Amino acid sequence: MATVRLSFSPAPVHVRTARLVGVAVARRAGVAEELLDEVRLAIGEACTRAVALHNQYGLPDLVTVEMSDSDSYSVRVIDHAPIEASVGLAKLPPDELADESLTDEALTTGVGFALLAGFVDDLQVRPVEDGPGTEVRMVWPVQRR
Amino acid sequence: MELSLATRTVDEHTVLEVGGEVDVYTAPRLRERLVELVDSGVRSVVVDLGGVEFLDSTGLGVLVGAMKRLRVANGRFSLVCSKEALLKIFRITALDQVFPIYPTIEAATRDSDGSATS
Repeated sequence: MATVRLSFSPAPVHVRTARLVGVAVARRAGVAEELLDEVRLAIGEACTRAVALHNQYGLPDLVTVEMSDSDSYSVRVIDHAPIEASVGLAKLPPDELADESLTDEALTTGVGFALLAGFVDDLQVRPVEDGPGTEVRMVWPVQRR
Repeated sequence: MELSLATRTVDEHTVLEVGGEVDVYTAPRLRERLVELVDSGVRSVVVDLGGVEFLDSTGLGVLVGAMKRLRVANGRFSLVCSKEALLKIFRITALDQVFPIYPTIEAATRDSDGSATS
């Protein structure tokens, strides 16, 4: 099993790097070419969410992305924000999306989760085992060459 | 690819051509440009996503924010997009039911005033 681990300070500029690395590893792992756009978007969304949470809570801790390709391609994005921050992840209905009372942050969070849920068939959001934080785990099938 | 922004005028519409990647890093620049347009008195904004290679939730949030801002000002906001990858994003998030999305700039500008602009 090959594993690539990337940790970055919670700054928006690094999310692009995580996307690039995530897609490069996915391609090498054998994820179908037609899924790579979805992999790129999903990793970006998970990292964006983690960066936003760290910034919201003033946490300088690194965000970690771990990619592995055993029987499938799995990506774990790990943040260290209080666990209650993950509560409330929900897809927003269309009539609420353009509602004046919805904050930009709530909108982006809801839309981000909708994208994750829509693009990743195998998605889990769960607490990390040690300390505060959440792990977003995404899995894609691979084609062996 | 870096974000690129360019504006031009088609009749009474201001067309904002967006190119490159719209993500958590670049979206603030897009927001800034859209706010500038509305604050300068523009009341019909057509955002052309034809050159966009990547669009995430932050970028979508900026577009919704601009639409709300224009709605308050009795303005009009529409998108031009024909890329299937981006259209899928709008469908998955249900934002295709929120934004008027047109395949071409001509269609977007024609629909607003009922006359062809080509």
